[in-house]
Amino acid sequence: MNATSNRLFSPAEFVGLAVLAVIIFLILPTALDNFRLNLFGKYLTYAFVAIGLVLCWGAGGILSLGQGVFFGLGGYCMAMFLKLEASSPENTAIQSTPGIPDFMDWNQLTELPWWWEPFHSLTFTLIAVVAVPVAFAFVIGYAMFTRRVGGVYFAIITQSLAAILTILIIGQQGYTGGVNGITDLRTLNGWDIRTDSAKDTLYFVNGGLLFVCILLAQLIRKSKLGRILIAMRDQENRVRFSGYDVARFKMFVFCAGAGFAAVGGAMFTLQVGFMSPTLVGIVPSIEMVIFCAVGGRLSIMGAVYGALLVNLAKTTLSESFPELWLLGLGALFIGVVMAFPNGLAGLYAEQVQPRLASLWFRMRGTGKPEDAGRPAAPDLEVAE
Amino acid sequence: MFDGYSSSELVAIFAMQGFAGLILFSVFVLMALGLAIIFGQMGVINMAHGEFMILGAYVTYLTSIVFADYAPAFFEIYFFIAMALAFVVSGALGLLVEWAMIRHLYRRPLDTLLATWGLSLILQQIFRSVFGAREVGVTIPDWIMGSLPLTDFIEVPINGVFVMVLAISISLAVYFMMFRSAWGMQVRAINQNRVMAGATGINTEWTDRLTFGIGCGVAGVAGSAFTMIGSTGPTAGQLYIVDTFLVVVFGGAGSLVGTIASALSISQAQSVLEFFLSGSMAKVLTLLTVVGILMVRPQGLFALKLRK
Repeated sequence: MNATSNRLFSPAEFVGLAVLAVIIFLILPTALDNFRLNLFGKYLTYAFVAIGLVLCWGAGGILSLGQGVFFGLGGYCMAMFLKLEASSPENTAIQSTPGIPDFMDWNQLTELPWWWEPFHSLTFTLIAVVAVPVAFAFVIGYAMFTRRVGGVYFAIITQSLAAILTILIIGQQGYTGGVNGITDLRTLNGWDIRTDSAKDTLYFVNGGLLFVCILLAQLIRKSKLGRILIAMRDQENRVRFSGYDVARFKMFVFCAGAGFAAVGGAMFTLQVGFMSPTLVGIVPSIEMVIFCAVGGRLSIMGAVYGALLVNLAKTTLSESFPELWLLGLGALFIGVVMAFPNGLAGLYAEQVQPRLASLWFRMRGTGKPEDAGRPAAPDLEVAE
Repeated sequence: MFDGYSSSELVAIFAMQGFAGLILFSVFVLMALGLAIIFGQMGVINMAHGEFMILGAYVTYLTSIVFADYAPAFFEIYFFIAMALAFVVSGALGLLVEWAMIRHLYRRPLDTLLATWGLSLILQQIFRSVFGAREVGVTIPDWIMGSLPLTDFIEVPINGVFVMVLAISISLAVYFMMFRSAWGMQVRAINQNRVMAGATGINTEWTDRLTFGIGCGVAGVAGSAFTMIGSTGPTAGQLYIVDTFLVVVFGGAGSLVGTIASALSISQAQSVLEFFLSGSMAKVLTLLTVVGILMVRPQGLFALKLRK
């Protein structure tokens, strides 16, 4: 370990971060119209999940196929607050019970359920957005990891949780808005979120929060904890025999991933203006994994690019060639897993970075290009 | 929740729901058998399992059309030929997939999961392009239609009985293949110790491929049986995949008895609850219970005692 690796960002990573900042805060807002920028705002919310997956899956070796659950819980918490604000007695005067959300009225509910009550408060909601999913992740993590359940079993269980939550939300439409989700959201504490200027502001808030998450994720990665995570992924028993409590580290990183996903979900609700079970279930959860895999499961920055690019491709392709899109997505899954397990970030580190580095050093005429060109991320080879 | 039902009605309700549960049980068993072979014995997660089933169902659909058009005299028995064809087609695709994809990923189980999910998306799109997005139904021969009245309250549909008989016979076939044939012994030997099995002269590569192929073939037969009780759509496979995996994991991977026992308990719980609660809540309660039990007992109901 040389001195530079203890820094939070190596020079190359710092440049990468700056480039991402320029793209998100300068290039996209100037190059795109409001509608497209809003779409990119939506893609950014998925990047939060992808960053969480880099920590869980890339660093910790825990593949969760239930990130949609945490994304959805965060999003629903936010949506409940917005919905309550939108269903003031004046706005809902035509309902048989004014003052409750419209879907409750349609389902013959005459009273707000008790667990909706606290969501009148913005402070409570902002805490709940992160606290509810993290608490849920903690319960799952505690039950699974202390019993040393991992790998494919963990993936299957989290996937079933995503399925269960979707069925529950759709089935209890009086309480949750059912398959349509919670729609017709209007204001956040009096601030109209439906206008173009509000969407732009939300885009920048989104970008800002994303950088906070990148920073947090990088802190975790570069700390001793991050190194233990990678050691655990590669040789779990050796870490255990060295006296570390493996389950706690796993619980921590799983909760962190859930927290990131939840922030993304809440921002999704604000940016897009609704929350529905189609963002919770098996399909969205596994798509979130593919964002991360395409970008590079070991690279935080790669995951962000993966989320942006895959979603951009999805929107463009499914608009013009809806049939091609599923074939393309399927091929992407297979191709990334079989040919490029390190995703775009791996390609960049293998192909682009060495050339850039040698170019850089040729121009300056000093230093050793081999060192700078080495991939920053540890090797993927996972021992059995 | 039992208010307002007399005791004889309750008995009839339980009997009828129990029978509906038995049909669901047969469906679960049929779906889970192929997965129990692939996941239980090889440890491979095949997320495209549902699509292999649907392939079998479409093969049955095509066979029924061919028979109706060209050999109406034999229409009554086309189903058995369709089942055999479904096994061959799904199995052949399974062999191909193992050769092209799975064998490169044996050491990375999580990646197998993602790659096979990609495969399932591709298969779904192919089904949609070839057969259309709408669900298709199969013309069922007359002798499978109708129902048998047992008492005044209780009636038993014949196609349900037929699917049940199929489930039992295929379970028996799988049992004999796994535990009474040379191939089954080789598969189990590889599962216990791959290197040692290879050293004794077992062709592990070929056995793996055959195992995967047979698992997929069984899935195709299950899909074929499905056409007797429901219609087939391109995305129908995805609806069942979570249930199927839970059945296999809950039963304990690698245990055939466990798979059947867990299919029985899950299906019975679900269909009896369905009568008293809404369908979605019955499913949520059942699945949550299963997940809860798996959290306490991750190895499932009937775990093989293996030294890992």
